[in-house]
Amino acid sequence: MNFKKQLKEGLLTQNPVLVQLLGMCSTMAITISLSNGLGMGVSVTIILTLSNIIISALRKIIPDKIRIAAYVVVIAGFVTMVDLLLQAFLPDIANSLGVFIPLIVVNCIILARAESFASKNGVLASAVDGICQGIGYTLVLLVMSVIREFLGSGTFGGGILNGGAGIRIFPEEYGALLLVLPVGGFLTLGCLIALMQWAQGRGKKKEGK
Amino acid sequence: MDWTNLLSISLGAILINNFILVQFLGCCPFLGVSKKMDTAVGMGFAVIFVMGLASAFCYVVNLLLVALDLEFMQTVAFILVIAALVQFVEMFLQKMIPSLYEALGVYLPLITTNCAVLGVALLNVQENYNFIESVVYGITGGVGFLLAIVLFASIRERLAVSAETPKCFEGFPIALITAGLMALAFSGFSGLQVW
Repeated sequence: MNFKKQLKEGLLTQNPVLVQLLGMCSTMAITISLSNGLGMGVSVTIILTLSNIIISALRKIIPDKIRIAAYVVVIAGFVTMVDLLLQAFLPDIANSLGVFIPLIVVNCIILARAESFASKNGVLASAVDGICQGIGYTLVLLVMSVIREFLGSGTFGGGILNGGAGIRIFPEEYGALLLVLPVGGFLTLGCLIALMQWAQGRGKKKEGK
Repeated sequence: MDWTNLLSISLGAILINNFILVQFLGCCPFLGVSKKMDTAVGMGFAVIFVMGLASAFCYVVNLLLVALDLEFMQTVAFILVIAALVQFVEMFLQKMIPSLYEALGVYLPLITTNCAVLGVALLNVQENYNFIESVVYGITGGVGFLLAIVLFASIRERLAVSAETPKCFEGFPIALITAGLMALAFSGFSGLQVW
């Protein structure tokens, strides 16, 4: 079991958002506070792991022609479970994520991992892959939320720390509202991917030498 | 039927709450198939078509779910309806209007996983729209998608030939920055109101 290698791929070299460019919609839409990012990241990780396990267990039974429809049904089942659980136990997060929880069904990360990994590998490997890719996705969401929340509204840990208000770092009126607006999502993600490409370019240069 | 209401729904879906640039629904095809103008236009029209149909069908399915007390099955039911619908539209076009089928080509099956389509079905339920409002919201949401993707594709075509970008921003990052500037322009519509 090559857990270390898969974890490294999920976090860096094959990061689902920054390198594979999957799951953009939710990444940009909900990352305006730490609680949103964490809630979404954990939900996706759980759904991704569970659906990877089931799909990999059923990979020999599902007929090739209708496999996408079958994957989508499995994923939709888990999404519904997570959606109901969130509404029951964490109504605040469920409210602020809104329509993006049911939309995890069409999050390309989950379908892409099902198609490219779980349908070809064993149950245990698929579960590990789900966890690693999920952690990679969560990490990007957390970084984006921290940047946007800090620059946009001047707080850290909104929705979690300090009774939900977050720790205030500078007064709210100095925050760049731009970053909390949709614009901020595009700009922040663009810069993060650029940073990733820069790092990759440097890595290649080093290897060349 | 209240025409001003429909007008404000349409204007809202196209400009004020543009599906891509304000609500972030449908970003994957927006970023994925916007490198060339003609494919962007094809994708845009396919999305209008499927979003309109999906709104109508999901409205009916939702009535059924509510009648049977199965509202929690919404997500599963909607995605199945959409997948079936896309498959059906594909077969229908292939048989009846082959020219349109060829023009849309590979984009049709991709629409199943376009979150704008599932998004519009879920939003219709959330906003309590009636049948006509749902269909209007679906179609005009698609028009908003077309508008955004066509604008974006024309910018990207120019960027590809004439702009010099720093090496690490090449490709995807600069496209995202461009989209961000477009979103900034669209956020200017947020004060717009229809009486």
